[in-house]
Amino acid sequence: MASWPILSIVTFLPLVGAAIILLIWDDNEVSRRNVKNVALWTTLLTFFLSIFIWIEFDNSVAGFQMVEKADWLGSISYHLGVDGISMLFIILTTFLMPFCILASWESIQNRVREYMIAFLILETLMIGVFCTLDIVLFYVFFEAGLIPMFLIIGVWGGKRRVYASFKFFLYTLVGSVLMLLAIMAMYWEAGTTDIPALLEYNFPASMQTWLWLAFFASFAVKMPMWPVHTWLPDAHVEAPTAGSVILAGILLKMGGYGFLRFSLPMFPLASADFAPMVYTLSIIAIIYTSLVALMQEDMKKLIAYSSVAHMGYVTMGLFTMTAQGVQGGIFQMLSHGLVSGALFLCVGVVYDRMHTREIAAYGGLVNRMPKYAVVFLIFTLANVGMPGTSGFVGEFLTILGAFIANTWVAIFATTGVILSAAYALWLYRRVVYGALEKESLREILDLSGREKLMLYPLVALVIFYGFYPAPIFDVTQVSVDALIANYQNALDVANEAAKTAAATQ
Amino acid sequence: MYQAIVFLPLIGFLIAGLAGRSIGARASELITSGLLVISALLSWVAFISFGLGDEKSFVIPIMRWVNSGNLNVDWSLYIDTLTVVMLVVVNTVSALVHIYSIGYMHSDPHRPRFFAYLSLFTFSMLMLVTAGNLMQMFFGWEGVGLASYLLIGFWYKKPSANAAAMKAFIVNRIGDFGFALGIFGVFVLFDTINLDTVFANAASFAGQEGGENAAPVLNFAGYALDRSSAITIVCLLLFMGAMGKSAQFLLHTWLPDAMEGPTPVSALIHAATMVTAGVFLVARMSPLFELSVTALTVVTFIGATTAFFAATVGLVQNDIKRVIAYSTCSQLGYMFAALGVGAYGPAIFHLFTHAFFKALLFLSAGSVIHAVGDEQDMRRMGGLRKHIPKTYWMMIIGTVALTGVGIPGTILGTAGFFSKDAIIESLYVGQNSWAGYAFGMTVIAALFTSFYSWRLIFMTFHGRERAPADVMAHIHDSPKVMMVPLYILAAGALFAGVMFYGIFIGDGYSDFWKGALFTSAENEILHDIHGVPLWVKLSPFIMMVTGFFLAWLFYIRSTYLPGELAKQHPGLYKFLLNKWYFDEIYDFLFVNPAKWLGRFLWKKGDGWMIDGFGPDGISARVLDITNRVVRLQSGYLYHYAFAMLIGAAALTTWMMFGGAG
Repeated sequence: MASWPILSIVTFLPLVGAAIILLIWDDNEVSRRNVKNVALWTTLLTFFLSIFIWIEFDNSVAGFQMVEKADWLGSISYHLGVDGISMLFIILTTFLMPFCILASWESIQNRVREYMIAFLILETLMIGVFCTLDIVLFYVFFEAGLIPMFLIIGVWGGKRRVYASFKFFLYTLVGSVLMLLAIMAMYWEAGTTDIPALLEYNFPASMQTWLWLAFFASFAVKMPMWPVHTWLPDAHVEAPTAGSVILAGILLKMGGYGFLRFSLPMFPLASADFAPMVYTLSIIAIIYTSLVALMQEDMKKLIAYSSVAHMGYVTMGLFTMTAQGVQGGIFQMLSHGLVSGALFLCVGVVYDRMHTREIAAYGGLVNRMPKYAVVFLIFTLANVGMPGTSGFVGEFLTILGAFIANTWVAIFATTGVILSAAYALWLYRRVVYGALEKESLREILDLSGREKLMLYPLVALVIFYGFYPAPIFDVTQVSVDALIANYQNALDVANEAAKTAAATQ
Repeated sequence: MYQAIVFLPLIGFLIAGLAGRSIGARASELITSGLLVISALLSWVAFISFGLGDEKSFVIPIMRWVNSGNLNVDWSLYIDTLTVVMLVVVNTVSALVHIYSIGYMHSDPHRPRFFAYLSLFTFSMLMLVTAGNLMQMFFGWEGVGLASYLLIGFWYKKPSANAAAMKAFIVNRIGDFGFALGIFGVFVLFDTINLDTVFANAASFAGQEGGENAAPVLNFAGYALDRSSAITIVCLLLFMGAMGKSAQFLLHTWLPDAMEGPTPVSALIHAATMVTAGVFLVARMSPLFELSVTALTVVTFIGATTAFFAATVGLVQNDIKRVIAYSTCSQLGYMFAALGVGAYGPAIFHLFTHAFFKALLFLSAGSVIHAVGDEQDMRRMGGLRKHIPKTYWMMIIGTVALTGVGIPGTILGTAGFFSKDAIIESLYVGQNSWAGYAFGMTVIAALFTSFYSWRLIFMTFHGRERAPADVMAHIHDSPKVMMVPLYILAAGALFAGVMFYGIFIGDGYSDFWKGALFTSAENEILHDIHGVPLWVKLSPFIMMVTGFFLAWLFYIRSTYLPGELAKQHPGLYKFLLNKWYFDEIYDFLFVNPAKWLGRFLWKKGDGWMIDGFGPDGISARVLDITNRVVRLQSGYLYHYAFAMLIGAAALTTWMMFGGAG
């Protein structure tokens, strides 16, 4: 199978779709439908092909697989590959894209062509982030992804879209600049931009601290961690539904992926030093944003704040560097990709009908929309970590990892379990339960065929992975074990060195 | 067979839940109820065959669940005597409640949904009691919480029902906070959360002497704990979960509100099964609890306090369901008090008998409510005895079973007589430091129990007819489909005590339990209770008779007395009527501050501080500067030329002095 470059094909196939859309010049009903169909089939085909990555993937190998390497710009090479950490994020990306196209089917009416092109380019860039093995290429993909997202929010967003998109850009840009500096420093130090080579390289301890901080600036914003999270609620509120799905489903995961790919394995000493800081920020994120979520009046903002809280579990889990914490963190990211994406789709369903996200404008939807009520309930429960949904597994494992590392962290993090139940169920009660009293809601319709097509597969997956998460753990197990072993090794070596240094004095 | 017992309700749930609309209400009812009846019959077969058999325990694997690092958790069924006892309780009551609901809910438009929820609940509860590891138990634990949430809020148009559903879920989550941490603690101590391994290694944590045992094994919240303190902490955390689920003192506030749900739900979930999950948890984890005197003492204290507290509140409530709810709360307190002194047998025995008579009381109350047109306030009932005689007698049977009518020293007695008296006697001989307190509290609570139970009977069935005439005109006993489950439960309420006394706590104890309830070597409580003085044996009996007499005096003989008494002690009356003001205190202490803090963090934290000094602040400063620059852009050429000159001069100066240095 190594004969055909599957990673390149999956990565660049969306660009082919975008090129085809470019060729559709007219702007009328028919061409708009064609544009949408091309986009949909491109993303479906990409997803279909990406399945082969999973099929071909060998669970027992810790290193990179399906590697493609070609010389490119001097020392920067075109180098792709996946391991147990990155592979599933690619699948998640290709999986969510068709839903985004479907979610935009009717809600986007102007500049459909440009919209679809932006999404397809974004898909290429996101897949690129997860499978590239060259740090410069990574930087390019990572940062270039900002541009289509910036446009999606800025052009097709809500009333305050310009404010939101600039805020989004400003935050991420500050982080990126620091990351670029760090990448240059790493190149000067190690003499390569190749990620596998950098993973082998031992950076001196003093340098690790600065490099770690620079990368942290970028990933913490992406994640987003408290206190650099305030762009997220605004971006979500203004973004079109599909934009929110991608933002919550994939873009946030880039931060977590960055920690796993760069910060933890390349700068283990710094990571160990900064772990208490990460715990603190994570706990603040969990409690603070859960409380803030409790009082939101806008449905999308509430879910956005809950995303920040859930990402707090991820960062906490990753930095425990226990098998449970890291695997739980990865699982939580994947699960959150499905659940938060689905929740934004659910908000999109009622937004398309009523054109408001105000919680107070709803109430008693269950009377007219029983199917919607069931679907929304399942995702709400997944969001609060109900066992039997995928949300539980990640949350449980990350807190377990935290408990092993530091019980205080676990105690504080577990309060999030109570708070999440409070804000999620209160939202559900205000929107779905109650008598249908508002005049404007009298004629509201239940899920359409297209909406069922979007939401039912997500329901099935969320429940399936709640009961049988083994396929995901099988993929991540070996790579995570290797990651932790290397990390532990590096710490032991450093301790040993410190001891001998102390002994010789 | 065990797979069938557990998964038939799941199948029922899926059929009624997914296809309920297309197959119709009648089919949904019959399918779910039919499957539950099969499940219940199989449970009894399992109970008899396992109870008489020799096997200690075994595990039936189902499939993988979570494997991460050294954490390996599979879906599996863990079968021992405690499991089969719970299977019988859960499935019997559930099957009867399913059948009863066919009649009770007959005019509700959402019957398929109702029956689907009931079956979902039953499945979750079965997963809980058959769990072979703590994670699966947590699954069942949360699953029953979810079903409870859905069923309390079943009538979703009622705002009070929605509020009660949410409250139940969130208060339970507070307990789950402890439960989850307890599970993590078990994992740290034992490197596994599979029960068989945990139990096998529990003994190594016993005793405090010896160098090895003094080494810290768990660092909890800043304290380095040695082996025995670590066990204590873990047990207390697990008990916190039990307190939430079983509505114990401090975490009890959700249970009375849960009465907003349909009455069959109250009988099944909030009386017979789900609320006893906490008792089950402590009994299941008895190998750990037996190692910690401190944890057991806390269990006794909380249990006894709940038994007393809930009984006092039950004295003055006017809603028929709330009286029974507080009674449930109080009886659960009895069970915990017994667990705390190591009397696991009596506690589980009381759980078993309580399921019958409390379900009977609730379903009879449902029958009353059904008869008087959905009225729940006892002040608007009265004199119903002649109109619904069958329900009346069922209620009487439930009451005599609850109050524990029987003749001390003989085997003539109702279910409660055997189990409750066994608890009170074990508290008397109990070794821990709060056992005496618990004995006193439960004896007083026995008086209150008798009083409020008979008060309920007298207010509802005796005295003046206070219901409106049009209601009284077509009042009648419930249909057969509702009455037959009552007869079966009544049989249980009367005879479960005398029939099962021997194997649960009597001579057959060790042959029946086969170690499923672990007791340490020093624990000889079941032996000791045979030697209690006569006055201890008589005290519950005396309390029961006194309570009956007082109730008769207050509500039959001199009906002006309750009003007088309330007038003389308005403070006390208000205090009890308002349930010791717990809801108000919690709103003040937790709910309102959380809302205030949320708003504060949102507006001030995010809005003012982070955005103000972050992006918004920066962009505002940038705008200020550009505005100033704009002001400089005057459009006159010489201004620019002048500026350029200054700039050039500055640059040259810098290069000459600064750069060279």
